[in-house]
Amino acid sequence: MVELADLKTVGQPNWCPGCGNFAIWHALKSAIVELRLEPHNVVIFSGIGCSSKMPHWVNTYGFHGIHGRPLPIATGARLANNNLTVIAVGGDGDGYGIGIGHFIHAMRRNLNITYIVTNNQVYGLTTGQTSPTSDKGFTTKSTPTGVIEMPINPIALAIASEATYISRGFSKEMKHLTKLIVDGVRHEGFALIDVLQPCVTFNRKNTYEWFSERVYKLEETGYDVTNKQAAFLKSLEWNGRIPIGLFYREIRPTYEDELPQIAEAPLVRQRIEEINITALMDEFV
Amino acid sequence: MENNSLSWKIGGEAGYGIMTTGFIFAKACSRAGLHVFDHAEYPSLIRGGHNTYQVRAEVEEVFSHVKHVDLLVALNKETIDRHKEELAPGGGIIYDGGKTPLSEEGLGREDVKLNSIPLLRLAEESGGRRIMINSVALGASVAFINFDFEMLSSVIRDVYRGKAKETIEFNIKAARLGYNYVKSKGMEEDFGRRLPKVGGKKRMLLTGNEATGLGAIKAGCKFYVAYPMTPASSILHLMAAQERNFSLVVKHPEDEIASINMAIGAGFAGVRAMTATSGGGFSLMTEALGLAAMTETPVVIVVCQRPGPSTGLATRTEQGDLKFVLHASHGDFPRFVIAPGDVEDCFYKTIEAFNLAERYQCPVILILDKFLSESHKTAEKFDVSGVKTDRGLLFSDEELERIEEFKRYEFTETGISPRAIPSQRGGIFTATGNEHDETGYLSEDKTVRTKMMDKRFRKFEQAEREIPEPKLFGPKEVEVTIIGWGSTKGPIREAMKLLDRDGIKANFLQIIYISPFPKNTVSEIFETSKRIVIVENNKTAQLASLIKEKTGKEIEHKILKYDGRQFFPTDIYQRVKEVL
Ligand SMILES: Cc1ncc(C[n+]2csc(CCOP(=O)(O)OP(=O)(O)O)c2C)c(N)n1
Repeated sequence: MVELADLKTVGQPNWCPGCGNFAIWHALKSAIVELRLEPHNVVIFSGIGCSSKMPHWVNTYGFHGIHGRPLPIATGARLANNNLTVIAVGGDGDGYGIGIGHFIHAMRRNLNITYIVTNNQVYGLTTGQTSPTSDKGFTTKSTPTGVIEMPINPIALAIASEATYISRGFSKEMKHLTKLIVDGVRHEGFALIDVLQPCVTFNRKNTYEWFSERVYKLEETGYDVTNKQAAFLKSLEWNGRIPIGLFYREIRPTYEDELPQIAEAPLVRQRIEEINITALMDEFV
Repeated sequence: MENNSLSWKIGGEAGYGIMTTGFIFAKACSRAGLHVFDHAEYPSLIRGGHNTYQVRAEVEEVFSHVKHVDLLVALNKETIDRHKEELAPGGGIIYDGGKTPLSEEGLGREDVKLNSIPLLRLAEESGGRRIMINSVALGASVAFINFDFEMLSSVIRDVYRGKAKETIEFNIKAARLGYNYVKSKGMEEDFGRRLPKVGGKKRMLLTGNEATGLGAIKAGCKFYVAYPMTPASSILHLMAAQERNFSLVVKHPEDEIASINMAIGAGFAGVRAMTATSGGGFSLMTEALGLAAMTETPVVIVVCQRPGPSTGLATRTEQGDLKFVLHASHGDFPRFVIAPGDVEDCFYKTIEAFNLAERYQCPVILILDKFLSESHKTAEKFDVSGVKTDRGLLFSDEELERIEEFKRYEFTETGISPRAIPSQRGGIFTATGNEHDETGYLSEDKTVRTKMMDKRFRKFEQAEREIPEPKLFGPKEVEVTIIGWGSTKGPIREAMKLLDRDGIKANFLQIIYISPFPKNTVSEIFETSKRIVIVENNKTAQLASLIKEKTGKEIEHKILKYDGRQFFPTDIYQRVKEVL
């Protein structure tokens, strides 16, 4: 059975000391162990950014692609082999900026993919520009006089985009986050885990302390995760108190469920050597 | 007047079924055992605007269409105005004189025959719908060439399969009324062209895109993903229609960026995957093209060119993207670029593309254009007996278990490193668009970088030695050698027939593999040929400049066309004669 030690790779994360990504990394590995997944049946897809280096530091199959595209790459792989456990990881710039179109479409598609967004409200790897989730007024190198736009609300967006598992974690709450990942992977369908992940170098506003003063756990409030309207209202809560945990869950057939072509065997297991196209050619006569 | 050959054209307003009508005529000719080449022209509009469909049918094999028209079916006045100059002497026009009164003098062509047929009245008689003037005209057309009416009605039945029963019957009735009208008036008497029914092997009638789709299915493409864009969309339509029959997954996603990334994901997971688009969509794909190269993931990309830049002429043809596909994406990396010239090439080269993509673990681009993508040609059923599946170096589970440390990007002599796919125990690795070491782990080390670059290019050196030589059509000793690529193949082959009639010996070097480039064969041609001309459907002679880059040889005579229309054989014939 897989143990944490099996998930070690040759490299060590090169995130800044104190980076919120470390906790996500640990939570992800713990979830894999808890789920008893075999590393060779797991693929971690990522885009580009600090957090997107994640696949190199977890000993499963990995694909560290290009900025904003982990979801389409994961989608192709998942359709090719629906026996794989597919996890995608990326930053808020990656997922909610350049990749937002893919994000929305992936949710309404409801493929069995778990998507972890490491949301530090800033661009880390490119040294601290504004991100789509930066608070209005936040000053960065690209917005020295403060962000003018309103931030994206990933939770509300996910509800509107028909995602079937929508949650928010917090880096400082590693156990809680691990559970969200475990449940997200178990969930049959697209699972979003938006993680509040303080960037200790470039975000001096949304710090561990700032979040610690505000976050509270939804499950401790007798919250009903199946009520979509209530979930939407909850998703609007931000400035005073910030809910973490599962916002919404729905059981709906996955994209894969709707494809009889892969009901018996994944595409990758289908023989391609002797495909008979005689009848098809006849259609052109 | 000559028999056994016909060039027929129908024209009218877009949205009135010109495409289907033309296709029915072409298919009827093909079913009769004739060789057919057809071509449609249409503006980027759904309703309104001028559409034409031209069908050439002959007893001998034909490779392209011709400029002249023998029988013009004009569903509106505009068709006559626009196309009367194309009519061959002795040709005829079928039109509705009740709607469009005309005289030979008024037409300015006394050498063609006006055949007024009450298309609208007969359409109404048949069942009442105006749109059935098409079928009336079809019936009249086959009466003119003394063609079998049953052949026509059987094709109408097949093509309209799935429509309401009475719709089909009304159309057949309309065609019958058109046919009878011509026969009862003996109108066909002074139209000299007759098409015989030839027995023999049944042929297919299909487009370059359809042949490409068939090739992909045969090759074992299991995942096809594409965002619609003319003229690539018909591949998507064909693949989607076959999804359940061949157990494929076909996806029309949010955009071209998603398309290619999904294809890469599927390729990484071990499935043969393809995407297709035109220049605009390919522009969006270029970043991921580099990703496929860097991660050494097999993927097949079809680029069906149309004139650019930007959305250009959305429904016309051009070969303007060769340099683009050769250089697309940043950084230096090898990619295959293959340019099929006709439907047979499309089929066999698509299969080859999948084999090369897996054998060399890199992106393979098939470059077509609207003229090839959308023109139908008769073809013998493809011979699949020699088709082989080459999956390249793919480690088996047992092999992986025996390996101490699997190195996905191992430095090998050929540059090709054996792959593993997710779910294989012992094959775990991370693919990355960043530079990496042999295991796939991120590396910025200068030695590793140099060795990795060399490794990727070493694969290509190997490929250079393995790819087939360009094909030479015609005799070795000639007065003139024509070089071309892609869809100009057909018009060039037809031009050679015309030159031959004048006693001029010409041959044709078709460059199918453009990357890797067949340096040696092309260099040799410069030694052995007296005169070389290049034919390209673009403004800047992109292949000629590649030839210069690769061989140092400048081609002096360039026959170029870039008005959004394909070459006619006579264009090439005349220009070659000017060179001689
Ligand atoms: C097409 C493209 N544009 C820009 C970049 C540069 N870039 C790299 S990472 C990044 C943003 C990273 O921010 P985020 O996704 O929030 O991840 P983080 O580094 O904060 O984890 C950008 C803009 C790129 N690699 N590719």
